[in-house]
Amino acid sequence: MNSAAMLSTQVKYVNKAFWRNPASAFFTFAFPLMFLVIFTSLLGNHTIKVSANGPTIAISTYYVAAMAAYAVISATYNNIAIGLAIQRDSGVLKRTRGTPIPSGIYILGRLIHAFFVAVILVVITAAYGRLFYHAALPTGRPLAEFLVMLLVGTMAFCALGFAITTVIPNADAAPAVVNASILPLLFLSGIFIPLASNAPSWLLWIARIFPVRHFALGMDAGFVGSPFNWTDVLIVAAWGVGAFAVSYRFFTWEPKR
Amino acid sequence: MESERKSAAVSVQGLTKHYGKSPALRGVDLEIREGEIFALLGPNGAGKTTFVEILEGFRHRDGGEVRVLGMDPNHQPMALKTRIGIVLQSSGMDRYLNVAETVAMYSSYYPQPRPVDEILELVGLTQKRDERVLRLSGGQQRRLDVAIALAGNPDLLFLDEPTTGFDPSARREVWDVIKNLRSLGKTVLLTTHFMDEAQYLADRLAVIANGRIVAEGDPATLAGRDRMRATIRFTLPEGARPPAHLSAEVVVGSSYEVSSDRVTQDLHDLTSWALGSAIDLEDLRVDRPSLEDVYLELTSETDPYHEETR
Repeated sequence: MNSAAMLSTQVKYVNKAFWRNPASAFFTFAFPLMFLVIFTSLLGNHTIKVSANGPTIAISTYYVAAMAAYAVISATYNNIAIGLAIQRDSGVLKRTRGTPIPSGIYILGRLIHAFFVAVILVVITAAYGRLFYHAALPTGRPLAEFLVMLLVGTMAFCALGFAITTVIPNADAAPAVVNASILPLLFLSGIFIPLASNAPSWLLWIARIFPVRHFALGMDAGFVGSPFNWTDVLIVAAWGVGAFAVSYRFFTWEPKR
Repeated sequence: MESERKSAAVSVQGLTKHYGKSPALRGVDLEIREGEIFALLGPNGAGKTTFVEILEGFRHRDGGEVRVLGMDPNHQPMALKTRIGIVLQSSGMDRYLNVAETVAMYSSYYPQPRPVDEILELVGLTQKRDERVLRLSGGQQRRLDVAIALAGNPDLLFLDEPTTGFDPSARREVWDVIKNLRSLGKTVLLTTHFMDEAQYLADRLAVIANGRIVAEGDPATLAGRDRMRATIRFTLPEGARPPAHLSAEVVVGSSYEVSSDRVTQDLHDLTSWALGSAIDLEDLRVDRPSLEDVYLELTSETDPYHEETR
């Protein structure tokens, strides 16, 4: 079997196993949509300025973009990290290592699958926002920019998911490590609560350093028409490259003892 | 010698491996012939898994020569992986795929896979082909492990402690599958710490203890077991003493043991004496050392404690 056929077969089986696992399917799909409903129901009538010189938009539109970003992060970072930690602990990775499938194909298979799931989630979130809140959908150039950010973000957060497994001691600790590393950042990056312009500067600095805020801004640009900055894409990509380097050096296929 | 080398599936000379400062393998020599079921037997921590994982390419050796199917696992890992099948000690697989899907997925990793249905037939999982992995019993999961290892139609199969932690009926299930492999002409390297498992399955076996091979042979003659001394045991009535020339030793109370290398003669002497003295020999029996005894003796001789105090 050639590499392309091997890769598509791999994606097919990863996909099968994903949909049959009630926990992964539920948390990945239900959580972002549930939060979207909760936040928009609580705060739906307010308006907000995304950035100082950006347009004033309905908060529901803001949350459509924010929850799309959240959905992508949980479909990539959370799923990859927790899934790999479980597979590493239970010996699936070691078994795979004993077969002739190249590591690159095995890992790329998971990446491609995570990207598909992320796209589906964004489409669902956007359709929901369009139907119930008349959220604007990107077309033309903003759509192209949006897709670039989606692709770069998916790859970067997958790489970060791989990287974090190097510090996860075992499968039991995986959800704790993953949530402890991502939840504070989601709050500090304005995913759940919009960042006010008078937010403390230390908080804004954290948001500026880590990739979540930049990814969210890129998603915002598609949905709410705020300016699209290539620096956001570059910062997210840089995190992805760094995470890839860490994974390449420290990723292990065998359970940690 | 030349022809022998050609038919060796595994050939190992002077293999050493350390973890930090502690030696795990202290110079192992071993040859496994094509088509045989070979058991590597040893207590926990003897170096079995280290040895096997070096052959499989999971670990790098510190010293010595290793050839697996004519290849060096360090230098040709990919070529080797297409021709071996591995059943690891702990068996992780995706719980949400079904049996046939699992085997088909692993088949897709190999250049010349064996048909899935044929494999399921071989391991007796045809009836369970549509069952999710998470609903399989322990024995069935182990058979699926073997099925996965057979996916690439390998020439050499590694089974690392295939029945550890299993109940007797699950063990029997797995044994039957392994016996079945013989008919395929596969070479099998099996590690175990169960004597009966090695005895039942293996054509030849080696005992490893403290990082060294301490004995090698076929199960019946291992360590000259058939030439070893037998023990005659009996109990005498109150007050009776055994004849002096038998040099019987008291075990407890009036139970005696005679260590004998001429069993027929010694038994004759003993029973004629007993008949002549009208004494009843209660519990008279002759014991030959079991493979288990030989194994325990071999593995205790090279106790790490002895090594260090020497």
